[in-house]
Amino acid sequence: MAQVLVVVESVEGAVTKPSLELLTLARRLGDPVAVVLGAGDVAPTLGQYGAGSVLTADDPAFGEFLVAPKADAVAAAVEKVQPAAVLLTSSPEGKEIAARLAVRLGSGLITDAVDVQPGDGGPGDGPLVTQSVFAGNWTVRSQVTHGTPVITVKANATSPEAAPVEPTTEPLGFTVSEASKGARIVKTEPKAVSGRPELTEAGIVVSGGRGTGGNFGPVEELADALGAAVGASRAAVDSGWYPHAYQVGQTGKTVSPQLYIAAGISGAIQHRAGMQTSKAIVAVNKDPEAPIFALADLGVVGDLHAVLPAVTEAVRQHKQ
Amino acid sequence: MKIVTLVKYVPDATGDRGFADDGTVDREATDGLLSELDEYAVEQALQLADSQDSGGDVEVVALTLGPDDAADAIKRALQMGATSGVHINDESVHGSDALATSAILAAAIRKLEPDLVVAGMASTDGTMGVVPAMLSERLGWPAATLGATLSLAGTTATIRRDGDTASQTIEVALPAIVSVTDQSGEPRYPSMKGILAAKKKPVDDWEIDDLDLDAEVNGQVGLANAWSTVKDTTPRPPKEAGRQVTDEDGSGAAALTEFLVSGKYI
Ligand SMILES: Cc1cc2nc3c(=O)[nH]c(=O)nc-3n(C[C@H](O)[C@H](O)[C@H](O)COP(=O)(O)OP(=O)(O)OC[C@H]3O[C@@H](n4cnc5c(N)ncnc54)[C@H](O)[C@@H]3O)c2cc1C
Ligand SMILES: Nc1ncnc2c1ncn2[C@@H]1O[C@H](COP(=O)(O)O)[C@@H](O)[C@H]1O
Repeated sequence: MAQVLVVVESVEGAVTKPSLELLTLARRLGDPVAVVLGAGDVAPTLGQYGAGSVLTADDPAFGEFLVAPKADAVAAAVEKVQPAAVLLTSSPEGKEIAARLAVRLGSGLITDAVDVQPGDGGPGDGPLVTQSVFAGNWTVRSQVTHGTPVITVKANATSPEAAPVEPTTEPLGFTVSEASKGARIVKTEPKAVSGRPELTEAGIVVSGGRGTGGNFGPVEELADALGAAVGASRAAVDSGWYPHAYQVGQTGKTVSPQLYIAAGISGAIQHRAGMQTSKAIVAVNKDPEAPIFALADLGVVGDLHAVLPAVTEAVRQHKQ
Repeated sequence: MKIVTLVKYVPDATGDRGFADDGTVDREATDGLLSELDEYAVEQALQLADSQDSGGDVEVVALTLGPDDAADAIKRALQMGATSGVHINDESVHGSDALATSAILAAAIRKLEPDLVVAGMASTDGTMGVVPAMLSERLGWPAATLGATLSLAGTTATIRRDGDTASQTIEVALPAIVSVTDQSGEPRYPSMKGILAAKKKPVDDWEIDDLDLDAEVNGQVGLANAWSTVKDTTPRPPKEAGRQVTDEDGSGAAALTEFLVSGKYI
């Protein structure tokens, strides 16, 4: 069976959930071979999710230079494995590796897949890739026609499914080219973490917009009562009320939770681009004409400063 | 010093965007404009030009690849303050994907010989965000992508890149590619003076034959030779309008709580 190369992302030695999702998708297409960039013994986890073979790649250049050295490693893995396709996560890093790889291989690239299925047969027939475009208003299915298909996949395209195997692990031989040592990382400042669930992975997201008037207290309290992540509109971020890492939308995160609660958010197209595919949507907004209501399974016309605290209280009561 | 800023002409996101029969973006159905995210690139290029760090005497060239209407993207950049424009417009390019786009832009950049290329973080239609890294590969120049800030000192460009867990400061030696995000500072609005001045600024029209394309992509641009092909496009079915309640004396909270309970979210 064909091999499919999966580029694994890990944070502090732990494999990210989107990377496990890639393994699940890869098993539809062939035998997953994982390439791990950076330190950490993650092979056992990868084996749990079906990676029969794990290539480890680490180099000091990964920490000194932006992305390009990692593309050298992935290119070496492609050379070695000759995979039928390469899957990466649609993170900024995943996309940049993919872009560089596609140019080097002379291969077609499809980004931001929300589904990947085997092609419908025939020689050189690449995977059938589904994308959600124009703020989620259109679904497009495409295939790579040149070279080794390089595909980046959005978080939550599928759920990680366990498929335990005993992986063979092998260090990948590769060299970092001089050309890849051009963008030097001269300073790294870690950011504070919130302790709440990861925005793109959370089952429930509660987001606040300009309607919060700068007070995210009611949004955070409801989120905590529900065990949810907190999101924000760009208006709230631009006003300095919430950090950019929590922005939902075209230039922020795409979320696709079971439930999305938008409070004081009008529902501009760029915001919808980041949350339209949520399974259920609830909106709380003072303005009965707000466009967000057109998407909402439940719309509450009212003041979020009254509605949210009352719901938070009710949720806490219910849980007791 | 010469800065090239990459400006893409895209269908208006607030319009009814869709696809033509050949699976390419329908550019007739909606009005187009300079991609809002590329306005940030133009703004940063102009700020570098204005600042002392660049040593003065900076030329900002707005470069676009696109059909006739894409001239509007250049026009907007010139109105904002760019010095001149280059419009690559060629029938054979219709339907090109990011690989072909980057090959053509790379050839144009080689011809223009700038010190710095400033791009947007992603185009608002394709939203791939891959062209800057592809240019870096094709030109062999370093790329500092997704800058929330951009500055220049001597022959070094510096960005701050904000990730989820850390902010990084990244330096590249010129010539280099940078891309900037919508966190980099609101783009200026063209002034009356800028609008008038733009009318007199030079715009060069180039065709593919005016460029020396990479050997490997020669004769391979355009829809028939795209590196990927669209199988089908489907509009999202309109969403059924949900229930709407108006909050009176806590009825809103009660409805929402009931929604949470019945949906087993709590
Ligand atoms: C290129 C580009 C990219 C963009 N990317 C993004 C993005 O990634 N994410 C994003 O969110 N936006 C993005 N935007 C901005 C987007 O167009 C909107 O401006 C933004 O989403 C508006 O945020 P908002 O809904 O919080 O504010 P507004 O549109 O001002 O809406 C505030 C809402 O709050 C309601 N309200 C006020 N007070 C209360 C109250 N007490 N209780 C309840 N409701 C109340 C009002 O009725 C109103 O509907 C982008 C724009 C561009 C051009
Ligand atoms: N056809 C084009 N003409 C000029 N610049 C472009 C074009 N396509 C992409 N770019 C530049 O590359 C950036 C990223 O584009 P993309 O990879 O298509 O999302 C954009 O923000 C532009 O600055």
